[in-house]
Amino acid sequence: MNFQLFCQQLINGISLGSLYGLIAVGYTMVYGIIRLINFAHGDVVMMSCYFAYFGILMFRMPWWLSFLVATILTTLLGVVIDRGAYRPVRNAPRISALITAIGVSFLLENLALVMWGGRPKPFTRPEMFAKVYTVGDVRILALSIWTPAITLLLLLGMLFVIHRTRAGLAMRSVSRDMETTRLMGINVDRIIALTFALGSTLAAAGGMMWAMKYPQVNPFLGVIPGLKAFVAAVLGGIGNVVGAVLGGFILGVAEILLVAIAPQLAGYRDAIAFVILIGILIFRPTGIMGEPLPE
Amino acid sequence: MEKHHRRNQLLTLAAVALLFTLLYLASRYLSDYQVRILNNTAIFVVLAVSYNLINGITGQFSLEPNAFVAIGAYTSALLTLSPAEKQLSFIIEPIIWPLSVIQVSFIWSLLAAGIVTAFFGFLMGFPVFRVRGDYLAIVTLGFGEVVRVVANNLQRITNGPLGLKALHNYTNLWWAWGFAVVTLFFIIRLVASSYGLAMKAVREDEVAAEAMGINAFRTKLLAFTTSAFFEGVAGGLLAHLITTISPTLFTFFLTFNLLIIIVAGGLGSTTGAVIGAALFSFGGEWLRAVEEPMTIGSLHIPGIPGMRMVVFSIILILLMIFARNGIMGRKEFSWDWLIDRCRLARVIRGGGK
Repeated sequence: MNFQLFCQQLINGISLGSLYGLIAVGYTMVYGIIRLINFAHGDVVMMSCYFAYFGILMFRMPWWLSFLVATILTTLLGVVIDRGAYRPVRNAPRISALITAIGVSFLLENLALVMWGGRPKPFTRPEMFAKVYTVGDVRILALSIWTPAITLLLLLGMLFVIHRTRAGLAMRSVSRDMETTRLMGINVDRIIALTFALGSTLAAAGGMMWAMKYPQVNPFLGVIPGLKAFVAAVLGGIGNVVGAVLGGFILGVAEILLVAIAPQLAGYRDAIAFVILIGILIFRPTGIMGEPLPE
Repeated sequence: MEKHHRRNQLLTLAAVALLFTLLYLASRYLSDYQVRILNNTAIFVVLAVSYNLINGITGQFSLEPNAFVAIGAYTSALLTLSPAEKQLSFIIEPIIWPLSVIQVSFIWSLLAAGIVTAFFGFLMGFPVFRVRGDYLAIVTLGFGEVVRVVANNLQRITNGPLGLKALHNYTNLWWAWGFAVVTLFFIIRLVASSYGLAMKAVREDEVAAEAMGINAFRTKLLAFTTSAFFEGVAGGLLAHLITTISPTLFTFFLTFNLLIIIVAGGLGSTTGAVIGAALFSFGGEWLRAVEEPMTIGSLHIPGIPGMRMVVFSIILILLMIFARNGIMGRKEFSWDWLIDRCRLARVIRGGGK
């Protein structure tokens, strides 16, 4: 492999990785605060793609307006899921919450299937992201530059919310000790709802970039990014927002480079994440930046 | 308890005899479609009962049965196809050597399916049981995904995305229900044995169980391997019932269905798993009604494919919110219980006179 090809693949890897990272932040925030693997997170990503698709296609909105509306709808969806499905099982055994999350994931996938059919729908890239820059022999899609940029921007925004606002303080407090936080007069349910809202907003951003990267939308598109984002979150140390993005980068780059170096393994791409996951869980269960978890 | 032992054994024998009489009548008088549902039920009973062994009895929340069923189905299918048939199927790349010439009868292929799957389950157990709880769920889910990806790519063994077609439909009521009875017998005995008690101890409190001298890792591995064996054989039965298999058949979808079954029946109850499997198989057929076009008066509602899964998902969520213990909770059916019930009913009726 020559240097130029390597650069091209590296950029692809970083772009894909930042996308995983962006979705992983939503996972890690929810897990950090209520210790629930939100299996439906990937399907929230999928729903955001459909919202954006319908905004552009059916309501003939300009793409930015459609993306904005889709983000708002996705945020609302996140809050509705928390209120309707997760809050009622909050005091139930952990296993019940986990099964509920799996149920919600399946509900979203099949609702999408019933409402919009199983056939993939084409998603058009707006002009701004579809441009191709050429540096030497390396061809770069504008989207590949925008994705990491937007991810880093949103990460900074999220860090600001978590570390510099009162709501963020409450969130950190809930993640430490939910009961004590409640006793301090903080409305824990509202803080958790806010966490879901923020996570879903990021999922929406990730979803629309995903839809532009692989320009089509189908009811099951959330499954793979959902699983991989979870792996990224574990890799980075679950509960840690910076770790999630870092984990995403590592996963994305590893995946793309491995396929570039050994093209005969291309078919196994989707399995790589799990091999990494098992390795991580065996050798460093708390991830790169994670604190030890209580059993 | 002890003194009723013989009586209970006889009652069990009578129940099995009754089951097979009913199956004989079913095979003679029911339509192909109805027999098909009964076959499905038996396979789901096997899958649910063995999945419950690891999830409900041992309390290790795992999400891999689709992987086990896939391994079993492929093993059994590859062993029953004749060399000529395999040559016809593998059009892109030829099948690798020993598989290209081997052909065994159905029963041996099922046994091989169980053993091969158990072996994979055993191997998987080592990395998988280094983690617990949520992580266990995601790692086993990952394994399911890996098996599917591998099946899609090992062109020379699995025929890749094309899958294996034109299997012989060996699976009939006798095979399916015969194996269901064997599985039930084995798993009920296992759960009642000291191994079963160890599994329950691990479920309740792993640390305390270890302190009592139970090797938690070995106990989990035993449950996992056993579960893999039966799911593997069920996979072989399933393959020879539907006669066409491909990687898309063994997605997480299958695991999700089993999860609903054991949760609805009651996690941790073998009886519950059986009831859940029966409800699911029959309920799933009734629910086809919601997918069919309906005409009410002048109102015409077009069919909505996929509506069944929407309904199942909602049922699962509602179960978790309102009826977490499912139908049976952790209780099991027993003859003593049934006879006590009958006596009680007689006493109440007698008292009413």
